[in-house]
Amino acid sequence: MTGLTSLTGLGLTPLLTGVEVTFWVCAVAAIAGAIGVVTSSKPVYSALSLALVMLALAVIYASLEAGFLFAVQIIVYTGAVLMLFLFVIMLVGVSSREALVDTLRGHRLAACLAGVGLVVLLALAVGQAVTAPAVGLADATAVAGGNVEGLAQLVFHRYVVAFEATAALLITAAVAAMVLAHPKRLKPKPDQSLRLRRRVEAYAEQGVHPGAKPSSGVFARHNSVATPALLPDGSVAPESISDTVASRVQVADPSQLALPLAQTLAAIEGRPGSGPVDSEDSDDSDDDLAEDLVDDPAEDAAEDPRPGPAEDSAEDLTDGSAEDPATPASPTVPDPPLTPDSPLSPDPAGPDQEGGSDD
Amino acid sequence: MTVFALTPTPATGLQVYAWLLIALPLGVAALLLVGGKRTDSWGHFLATLAPIASFGLALAYFIDLLAVTPDQRAIVVPVYTWIASSAWQISVSLLLDPLSMVFVLLVTGVGSLIHLYSLGYMAHDPNRRRFFAYLNLFVAAMLILVLADNYLVLFVGWEGVGLASFLLISFWQERPSAAAAGKKAFIVNRVGDLGLIIAIFTMLAMFGSSSFSSVNAGADQLTSFWAGLLGFLLLLGACGKSAQVPLQTWLLDAMEGPTPVSALIHAATMVTAGVYLVVRSGAIYAQAPAAQLAVAIVGTVTLLVGAWIGCAKDDIKKVLAGSTMSQIGYMMLAAGIGPAGYAFAIFHLLTHGFFKANMFLGAGSVMHATGDDVDMRHYGALRRALPITFVTFAAGYLAIIGFPFFSGFYSKDHIIEAAFEHQPALGLLALIGAGVTAFYMTRLMALTFFGQSRWRPGVHPHESPATMWIPLVLLALGSFGGGMVLNGWIGRWLAPIGALAPENASWAPHFTPIGWATLAVVAAGVALGWLLFGRRPVPDQAPTAVSPLTRWGRRDLYVDSLYDAALVRPGLGLAQAVALVDQRAVDGAVEGSAHLTQSVGRQLGRLQNGYVRSYGLTMLIGLLAVGVALILGQLV
Amino acid sequence: MTDLYLVLAVILFSVGLVGFLIRRNALIIFMSIELMLNASNLVLVSMSHVHGVLDGQVAAFFVMVVAAAEVVIGLSIIVTIFRARRSTSVDNEILLKG
Repeated sequence: MTGLTSLTGLGLTPLLTGVEVTFWVCAVAAIAGAIGVVTSSKPVYSALSLALVMLALAVIYASLEAGFLFAVQIIVYTGAVLMLFLFVIMLVGVSSREALVDTLRGHRLAACLAGVGLVVLLALAVGQAVTAPAVGLADATAVAGGNVEGLAQLVFHRYVVAFEATAALLITAAVAAMVLAHPKRLKPKPDQSLRLRRRVEAYAEQGVHPGAKPSSGVFARHNSVATPALLPDGSVAPESISDTVASRVQVADPSQLALPLAQTLAAIEGRPGSGPVDSEDSDDSDDDLAEDLVDDPAEDAAEDPRPGPAEDSAEDLTDGSAEDPATPASPTVPDPPLTPDSPLSPDPAGPDQEGGSDD
Repeated sequence: MTVFALTPTPATGLQVYAWLLIALPLGVAALLLVGGKRTDSWGHFLATLAPIASFGLALAYFIDLLAVTPDQRAIVVPVYTWIASSAWQISVSLLLDPLSMVFVLLVTGVGSLIHLYSLGYMAHDPNRRRFFAYLNLFVAAMLILVLADNYLVLFVGWEGVGLASFLLISFWQERPSAAAAGKKAFIVNRVGDLGLIIAIFTMLAMFGSSSFSSVNAGADQLTSFWAGLLGFLLLLGACGKSAQVPLQTWLLDAMEGPTPVSALIHAATMVTAGVYLVVRSGAIYAQAPAAQLAVAIVGTVTLLVGAWIGCAKDDIKKVLAGSTMSQIGYMMLAAGIGPAGYAFAIFHLLTHGFFKANMFLGAGSVMHATGDDVDMRHYGALRRALPITFVTFAAGYLAIIGFPFFSGFYSKDHIIEAAFEHQPALGLLALIGAGVTAFYMTRLMALTFFGQSRWRPGVHPHESPATMWIPLVLLALGSFGGGMVLNGWIGRWLAPIGALAPENASWAPHFTPIGWATLAVVAAGVALGWLLFGRRPVPDQAPTAVSPLTRWGRRDLYVDSLYDAALVRPGLGLAQAVALVDQRAVDGAVEGSAHLTQSVGRQLGRLQNGYVRSYGLTMLIGLLAVGVALILGQLV
Repeated sequence: MTDLYLVLAVILFSVGLVGFLIRRNALIIFMSIELMLNASNLVLVSMSHVHGVLDGQVAAFFVMVVAAAEVVIGLSIIVTIFRARRSTSVDNEILLKG
């Protein structure tokens, strides 16, 4: 940029100056982009074409000794405004297309003709607008010490009122955007008393327990939300597990969780000297537990004729004092959609397990 | 130079209350019309008292005038200033002078009697209150007419009596014939009013004033053209109001009104307003000999036409209406003679007011007795059933044919003599008219009171109640003695307003050759009438095989048909053509433009399709148009 | 040479205007408006260069600021409309039709 101007400043007159090259390249790009904006069937393409136009214009600004505007054009327009456009396009649907046929007969043709007419008219008008050669901004910027400084002087002196007004405009626009974007509530927000009343009504009509749901189960090694709480009789409290977790078959088997403790207690009571073995056993059993957890019931059914993990665990608890009854409503019962080829087969209990064991 | 008016002196003393003459009947009329049904029980008595009170007041003023010397018998009573502009000062003022006084006495006197008569005649009419209100309205308007001191206020009264006449002719508005008759009278009168009002405009333009004194003073400076124009215009007005040829057609139809109305308005007072107008405008006619001659000719033609019609009619009221036209024709003839005839015109007007009101009321009494039958062929031999009516009617009859010493003898003979002196041809025609008058009045008497009874079944004639026969008797006295009393006096009385006093002014009858000739003609008429109708049985139905003269007379000389063909049908055709033009051309243009606007709007509305981009395109095209215009403007 | 900048601006402006007129997607219409604003900015900057004063650039700067505010508001409106009508087409409801 400065090099080009200095070249002309040297008195040389090149066949094609850098400014002209820049102009022609950018002009072609800008017009192509503009046509792209107008003709693209998808808004995303239009937005990207608009980005092309703005970048081309930014370069032209630079060639016209408007360095600050070059930056602002890229940052504000290409960076901020266009990104905003893209956000909104994503928000309202990327793939929305327009019907090809206009509902107004002849409107498109008339509009194009009128546009051509406007081009001709304005070109005729501006063709006579400038007669003198360009003065250039070298003197103006030299006085202030640079393009940005020159603009700053103008903005903060002569145009300071307008500048402040634009500041107010931007603030107002921001507030307005928030107000506009804020969705209106369809119903009033339920307050505490309303929620409590609903809870008691549900208890009165359907017998739903009005109190707080039981928290998830707490074991020595497990306190994740996937751990069900146990009722005093040893059965699982279904309410202690979120439905979401239950539907994804990520619920830990409490009997397996309780197994190490039971083994430890048994060891303490019955065999005081076999601690290390117990610990190894417990590790093994831990692995088994993990396997059981991840195993799909279909696989289980294929491998062994045992009806389900609950019985499996009950069988494992051979010397456990508590004979668990079969719990058909156990959350561990999987949902039918979970077929063996389902992609969803990570180890959900993995992070909860201290051993960090995997398959 | 004849002086046609006295210089009025301002009213003094109680004279300033002369407006009460008018205000009394006018107030009662307003009270009865506004008061509505609350006044039904006593309104007619009050309405009868009002003209009587006015008559008393008029008598007082009359005596007041008698007391001063003749050249001071003109009193102007200012009431208020009506129009005060820089050009014209028109005040509502009343003029009490010999001429107006005579009329005031006639109107209030005969009016009072007819009110009294109406108490009996209209006793059972459901709209009696309205009838009396209209009668009082008429009396008030007629007094305004005769008391006005300028033509503009006279015109107010002129229109007022026209209105009252219209209201009373069509009083039984449920009868289509009555409604049509009222409408006809109103419209025909408008033609005459047009002449009068243009005359008033002309006076305002010529003299800057319409008061009698200004017109009289300025009349001798008029050119003959303007004087003649004014004379003819005033004659047109007089013809309309007084039912003179060619505007006579309404009077016969006006008999649709109640009989007291016919007596008061269409015999005694209102129809004589034309004569009053001509006499009042003597100064103008003095400058316009042609117009004066026209007045005399109109009067002569009318007296013959009226008599002709009177001969042919079987309806008693129409016979009397024809005779009224005829007698007013005599008055117009007298007025057309000039100052020499004015006194005779007014004299005959007064006597006619007596005997014609007398005969109309008598006819009403006959109708009252025979169940409102007006066909004389259904009467006959009523003299025994209605003795008072017969005697009083006979007095009127003798008066109108000019039987010696009855009132018509004096007044009509004067006119015939004056006409002979003025223009022998007119005199001869007037003489023939007198004979014809005697003929048809004899026919009327013979058909009604003599001969065989031809009463309809169920008709039992009976004498009328006292309220009806007392006025008859009083009017009969007037018919008998009015001529004798007034004969020597009226000329002198009217002399100050331009009437030349007749030389032979005395109460005694004078027998000139013309007088004898008149008597002979009248006797011939009576004899012919008696021979034709008194001696022979009268057919119950009107014979159809009659002479063309009778046929023409029965059809009112086909004037109605002529007007119908010449004026009414073209008028209707014009109205229909205008309506057609309005419907096709005007409405077509209006509706066409409406349709055009609508369709253009519908087309333009298509541009307003609600699409923003369409509006934007329109704006762009407009911008281009402006730009192109600017560039072309630069080039040029 | 300077005229060429103006002609470029005219072309960009006209293309933007035609886009405004023929497109029915509110977002693209909005982009067309931005295109027109940029075309006017180009005129301002090039005229600043021609006359040798910086005021044109300041004006272009202000235009950019105002355009930014306008975009914020306009897009908010579009989002609101979309939320209510599930569409960004300006034809769906002819609200201007009486």
